[in-house]
Amino acid sequence: MDNRGYYSQFGGAFLPEILAATFDELEKMFEDVKNDPGFWQAYEEIMSSYSCRPTPLTFAGNLTDHFGGAKIYIKREDLNHTGAHKANNVMGQGLLVQRMGKKRVIAETGAGQHGVATATMAARFGFDCTIYMGEVDVERQRPNVFWMERLGAAVCPVKDGTRILKDAINEAFRDWVSNMDTTHYVLGTACGPSPFPEMVTYFQSVIGTEARAQILKVEGQLPARVYACVGGGSNAMGLFSGFLDDPVELVGVEAGGKGLNSGKHASRLCAEDASIGVAQGYKTYFLQNSDGQMRETHSIAAGLDYVGVSPILSDLKESGKARFEAATDTEVVEALSLTIQKEGVIPALESAHAFVQAFKEAPQLSKDDIIIINQSGRGDKDIFTVADAFDDPGWKAFITRKAKQYNA
Amino acid sequence: MLKTYLKEQKRKKDILLMTHIVIGYPDFEQSLNIVETMVNAGVDMMELQIPFSEPIADGPVILKANQKALENGASVRECIEFAKQVSSRFDIPILFMTYYNILFKYGIERFARVMAENGLKGAIVPDLPPEESADYLKAMSDYNLAPIFIYAPTTSEQRMKYINEFAQGFIYCVARKGVTGAETSFASQLESYLSRCREATDLPLAVGFGVKSKKDVDYLKGKADIAVIGSQTIRLADQQGMAGVEDFIRGLR
Ligand SMILES: Cc1ncc(COP(=O)(O)O)c(C=O)c1O
Repeated sequence: MDNRGYYSQFGGAFLPEILAATFDELEKMFEDVKNDPGFWQAYEEIMSSYSCRPTPLTFAGNLTDHFGGAKIYIKREDLNHTGAHKANNVMGQGLLVQRMGKKRVIAETGAGQHGVATATMAARFGFDCTIYMGEVDVERQRPNVFWMERLGAAVCPVKDGTRILKDAINEAFRDWVSNMDTTHYVLGTACGPSPFPEMVTYFQSVIGTEARAQILKVEGQLPARVYACVGGGSNAMGLFSGFLDDPVELVGVEAGGKGLNSGKHASRLCAEDASIGVAQGYKTYFLQNSDGQMRETHSIAAGLDYVGVSPILSDLKESGKARFEAATDTEVVEALSLTIQKEGVIPALESAHAFVQAFKEAPQLSKDDIIIINQSGRGDKDIFTVADAFDDPGWKAFITRKAKQYNA
Repeated sequence: MLKTYLKEQKRKKDILLMTHIVIGYPDFEQSLNIVETMVNAGVDMMELQIPFSEPIADGPVILKANQKALENGASVRECIEFAKQVSSRFDIPILFMTYYNILFKYGIERFARVMAENGLKGAIVPDLPPEESADYLKAMSDYNLAPIFIYAPTTSEQRMKYINEFAQGFIYCVARKGVTGAETSFASQLESYLSRCREATDLPLAVGFGVKSKKDVDYLKGKADIAVIGSQTIRLADQQGMAGVEDFIRGLR
């Protein structure tokens, strides 16, 4: 591999030798694709006919009135097929897999959104599909497990380590080092060894490109700030890509969990307990102890519950080109509730992190300012978690009745 | 120098044996017993793995051992202390095996210095390719330590030669695709791979991943210099204790 994928000191490709040839091939294929206008055309075609691109930019009039500050717009990635921005990356990599002539795809998943998107793509393209998912996430995102299995994917619960997203990534790598001749690993976020951070960002950049054109069309002016939640960083990189050369403030919102001082969070760019390290094939900020052992992370949102973060975002943070904040579990549930009531849209718990920070800042901005929040996904998958957070009596009674029927 | 030492030893034996343990698994005391048992049974070299929370190149047996050692609280400091005891008590070359983050967080120069001070001879870092190794190579060379690099069946001839420019001590040839601990069929395919390795380097060749019987070791005689036994001795220690490990190693050659 000639291009080691560095963003100042972050990134790289720290790979076991067995994968070196596979990454050479992937890098070459990605270079070919970037230089082939036909590929991007095919990508746009499938994203408009199979998913829902361009996704709308919705003016949130009621929330705007409620906060009395900046005009709030919501970029509707939840309206993608399978309900999240994950489809953008997955369909792009799917076309790449077709070019490489491979017949099987594997993926890790946290929230299950990337797993569902990958399983959908595999069904459509006729690939075999295996999804690795931490045992903890299998429990908290059960509806997505159901759909992955219906779509024909084998879902492997990962019982090692902390049993969440990072452990699913490790297992996917272990599968890949055995099966790389037939198999492509569809990494779900802008992390991992080069060229994944760049490649995933490339496919996700449609979000920002569209949002920029859309806001200029309706408002004739750029937003003052744009907000995205940050798990691995793919929806944030997608949105930010559209505004990198503009006087627009880029705000990434991480999972503050039970608070940045609680030890129970997943904030790599805001918290004191993160430091630079090398794991899962790349160099970035990790939540780790002084020996370099990864810490346990926590978030109410499975998709943000991860120890590392995109090396591109680490670079944007260090260069001051983006700002990072954290939202706590409690704040997230409140923002979710308000958004549902005011606008009739249901953001995923992941996306609701971006809403929290936007709601904190909107009142301080002027009425002439515009902000865009990326609604990276829809909240249907979170029905069990959200019902528990609201302690919903009707839902509990329903589940109890249902369980009785199964036990009868 | 490790290379010269290994070549001398190889003149006395058909094949050398290297074994692997995870430091602190099942605990530090038993780790030391296992090393002692292995040395008494005649192994020629050992790799001591400093446990890491994300061992992506390792299969289930070594993965579990890493996790257990960390659950028991094994720290890098204690692992270094352990290695010091081992290298002062036993007269065979001792190597560290671990993932790059352990060195990176400890400080690469400091890690190399401490290895040299405690009598270690080299290190195997499976997630550190030569392209990312500049600081590591400098530190290892400053302290006369051998950076061991890896060949895989997927490595092209050209890349083997490239890796050989940086490698010292010996080359670790991974016998097959996949992670540690799974089955390997020692068949003709391996023969042509090993002859490609032989042509690319004049360093001794160690073969690991799936070596677990006398038959496998016999197969490697004449084709490689060192047979590496990893997961199998961990399995045996778990199931049959020290006596099982000792009998197994004595029976390999
Ligand atoms: C809806 C949604 N948003 C955000 C994320 C976080 O990922 P990323 O930071 O790569 O966008 C996920 C991950 O599963 C997700 O499902």
